[in-house]
Amino acid sequence: MAAAEKIIGSRIKRREDPRLITGEAKYLEDIQLPGLLHAAILRSPHAHAKIKSIDTSKAAKHPGVVAVYTGKDFADVNPMPCAWQAGKVKNNVNTPCVLEIERVTFTGAGIAVVVAEDRYTAQDALELIHVDYEVLPAVVDAEKATKAGAPQLHENAPNNIALEWTCGTQDTTDRALKEADVVVKQRMINQRLIPTPMETRGCIAQYQAATEEWTVWMTSQAPHVMRLLMTAFVFGVPETKMRVISPQVGGGFGAKIFLYPEYCLMAALSRKIGRPVKWMETRSENYIATTHGRDHITEIEVGAKRDGTITALKVNTYANLGGVLSTIAPGIPTTLYGRMLSGTYRILNIFCHVYGVYTNTGMVDAYRGAGRPEATYVIERAVDLVAHELGLDPVAVRRKNFIPPEAFPYDPVILNGLKYDSGQYAKALDLALKMLGYENFRKEQAEARKQGRYLGVGFSSYVEICGVAPSAWIGLPGEGWGAGLWESANVRVHLTGKVVVTTGSQSHGQGHETSVAQVVAGELGISVDDVIVQHSDTLGTPFGYGTYGSRSTAVGTVAVYNSLQKIKEKAKLLGAHMLEAAPEDVVFEDGKVFVKGSPDQSKTIQEIAGAAALAYSLPPGMEPFLDNTSYYDPPNCTFPFGTHICVVEVDKESGEVKVKRYIAIDDVGKVINPMIVEGQVHGGIVQGVAQALWEGAVYDDNGQLLTGSLMDYAIPKADFFPAFETDRTETPTPVNPLGVKGAGETGTIASTPAVVNAIVDALAPFGVKHIDMPITPPKVWRILQGNGG
Amino acid sequence: MYPSNFDYQRAASVADAIQKGSGDGAKFLAGGHSLLPALKLRLNEPESLVDIGRLDALKGISVSGNSVKIGALSTHAQIASSADVKKHAPALASACGQVGDPAVRNRGTLGGNLAHADPASDPPTVVLALGGKLHLQGSGGNRVVAAEDFFLDLFTTDLHPGELITAVEIPSVGQAKSAYAKMAHPASRYAVVGVCVLLEISGGKCSKARVAVGGATPKATLSTAAANALVGSSLNDTALNAAANALSGDLSDVMGDVYAPEDYRRAMAGVYLKRAVRAAMG
Repeated sequence: MAAAEKIIGSRIKRREDPRLITGEAKYLEDIQLPGLLHAAILRSPHAHAKIKSIDTSKAAKHPGVVAVYTGKDFADVNPMPCAWQAGKVKNNVNTPCVLEIERVTFTGAGIAVVVAEDRYTAQDALELIHVDYEVLPAVVDAEKATKAGAPQLHENAPNNIALEWTCGTQDTTDRALKEADVVVKQRMINQRLIPTPMETRGCIAQYQAATEEWTVWMTSQAPHVMRLLMTAFVFGVPETKMRVISPQVGGGFGAKIFLYPEYCLMAALSRKIGRPVKWMETRSENYIATTHGRDHITEIEVGAKRDGTITALKVNTYANLGGVLSTIAPGIPTTLYGRMLSGTYRILNIFCHVYGVYTNTGMVDAYRGAGRPEATYVIERAVDLVAHELGLDPVAVRRKNFIPPEAFPYDPVILNGLKYDSGQYAKALDLALKMLGYENFRKEQAEARKQGRYLGVGFSSYVEICGVAPSAWIGLPGEGWGAGLWESANVRVHLTGKVVVTTGSQSHGQGHETSVAQVVAGELGISVDDVIVQHSDTLGTPFGYGTYGSRSTAVGTVAVYNSLQKIKEKAKLLGAHMLEAAPEDVVFEDGKVFVKGSPDQSKTIQEIAGAAALAYSLPPGMEPFLDNTSYYDPPNCTFPFGTHICVVEVDKESGEVKVKRYIAIDDVGKVINPMIVEGQVHGGIVQGVAQALWEGAVYDDNGQLLTGSLMDYAIPKADFFPAFETDRTETPTPVNPLGVKGAGETGTIASTPAVVNAIVDALAPFGVKHIDMPITPPKVWRILQGNGG
Repeated sequence: MYPSNFDYQRAASVADAIQKGSGDGAKFLAGGHSLLPALKLRLNEPESLVDIGRLDALKGISVSGNSVKIGALSTHAQIASSADVKKHAPALASACGQVGDPAVRNRGTLGGNLAHADPASDPPTVVLALGGKLHLQGSGGNRVVAAEDFFLDLFTTDLHPGELITAVEIPSVGQAKSAYAKMAHPASRYAVVGVCVLLEISGGKCSKARVAVGGATPKATLSTAAANALVGSSLNDTALNAAANALSGDLSDVMGDVYAPEDYRRAMAGVYLKRAVRAAMG
């Protein structure tokens, strides 16, 4: 165990980084195949229109063009499936087709494709296609879309309502609100975001007619799921007829989980033409055709006693889902949002009502945090609103309502049977406050105000849900996504003692090749360099659900761990045999099997692996080789938590907000590699702060994306931030044997309300109670203009 | 991100460039950091690009007499780090150091930038405030145009077809104070508002002032009202507020967009004037 403790938990540099940093890693765009053709997609310039006719004749004749197709050419290809039909969406599912045939419901929907010998020619030929549209009125606002007289997008969805979902109990919540000493109401917008991974999406499909088999390379976070959905749902062929490979993937943030029409289009084109076909998304396409995140309009009512005890929370949300449904769109503003509204607090009465709404905008689905940032924003703003209303310190109100450590496992009632696993919420808050120097800060703030400088501090004591898995929970009819969410792993110790791990999860920046190897090395007592981690190819890896929802460590790596235990058991049996000892007398420690108390006479894991592979002398009945596959279905999700604190200064003249300090205390359970966790936390904070201050996708009333490029859509730059002050508390989860919770999304989930709370605190002297995001300088300036600023 | 077809020609000399660039549908290519993005989006589809990037005659920074002369092909990074520019036109060095990001500054050129005349770009505002002159060469010969006569409108200059900027001459600031203050758009880092001031100080008072604004208006614009409000004052808060109000009131055609509406830009012109003056006075 000594070696295990040393390697698991240590700051090993990421083994995947040299190839990434030197540019040797092979991304989708780097893949070239003999005979490769290039596709360009004609996209609707209108947000809502009927397609009356499409004339492709000129484009087809353009030199270098191999084929031009429209949606009518793919009548044998099914629309994309919607895999997570939470809420009442049974009869009103509308999903994208490979190319739309009659009608488009968002700007950017694909309606024709040119396949050419090179990408430039394909682009030239797009301009030769003539489309006759009947433009229809558009609606982009989720709340307005549900009102009488709004343009109707789909016949099967009256008032554009895709789903209606509730959790909690309405009557007890209403009663508690009536009985509360104070009730605060607030409308808040959680604006639409564009995930913006560094690498856009792309796909290459190669079809072999003789065997009727495809090989498909795609920028996917979930290659096994893509294969399943494409074969069984879209093409209606055996799953075994397709191999899906995710090459190096340059970030995803959720947007690369889903089955997009372009991937199926490439597969269909390759089958039609008999040559491999490639499509690589431009950034302009990425902004209109890849999924967006968030986009909620929410009204809250929160009730509290005078002492700050929160007694009721009622939430009504319009969640914008876009023109058609993406793969798991309905699950995000329902299960992953409503069920987490209790936050870190004991709130006995909660009711959440959600409309998922079709509008003439791009598809909305999971984006880093996926539902939990929206929930955290609601509850963390609500706590500050209560504090503001009662004239109490926001820290005191948090403390007053925290679920105490002894209450775990804690059932927040709205979690549909699951319980928060473990938590020490006050401990994380205390550590954060100590790092801040809270009392001093309040003095400094008071002094600054006298000089006309406006400092503010904001808190966010969050809890999130990750490693979303128990199949019996997530698969519940009417709520779940009709699939298990277990994960798989295979571990093989080769004759030479080198270990090959294959996993069904997928790395697109997370560092699996390092963190998984650390667990293997630690458990088997070998060097990390003797472990290789293979992933992202359906050929050679066991079926798995991929990487999202901070699940790869909490679910996938636990599968690896379970296989390692079985391998160690077998190694002990074989080692005992080799030592001519009784199996019950030996132990496995530091990579060696020996008789208890006699470590000098030992067999190393390498010697045992060699013996197992050569198999000259095995105990009776033992199979050769050290090889084990595990499928791990956790009994519960995990619930990381912590406290983030943001300190801002608001410039009264210009409305500019400067982030002066950012403190993050996260508890992600046991940590395998602190450096990787810190990287995840830093990246998450940056994205969450960016939502509070800069990012926001804006559509005009006609459904045109006004923030359609990196010139307009403000992703954050490194120099926008101070150095982050991070630390951790460590509360292992009892859910899995590694004690790990998951760290991929905490930063994004926690940070946004901390920043908004800080700005509202800074502007308290002007009577400001709430500001919607992104809190840009013009917005602050205008508020100050109207408030005697 | 896939430009339409164009011919590429490399100019052998300035004269050759002018001859090639005079053809219909020809565009000069220098650093390419304004042109190529437009080509990629097919916002601009020239028939030919005339690459002037290797013409040594357009390179180099030199001081002669009372001015610094900057070759049109000087990159933003070269200008930002030039000892001569820092000494004689410090606000221009500062502004060039704020253009885009390091990749843009290493490739983008001053000549290309001024010829493009993007109202949100930094160098036009500063060249205008510092009283810069543009040296132009075309089929009709050479001429020198003052910055205030060069920028005509949004992306529009006094350049004739086939005419090149060969150099930019900036009078040395000497003992005068100058600074450029900019509110950068968080996405593009272009100026939402950028203000450059040039101030002569005599006996503790401002004796002469030039104030130029960019970002807010369709072209970099001089404000005599703001300058007049500064002249004669000791540049105290009262004077600065008066100048800020004068500037905000003086601007016509203020632009607004989804990020910063017109009234905000107008107000910020004044705020950033004050910041520029305070930065200049150090």
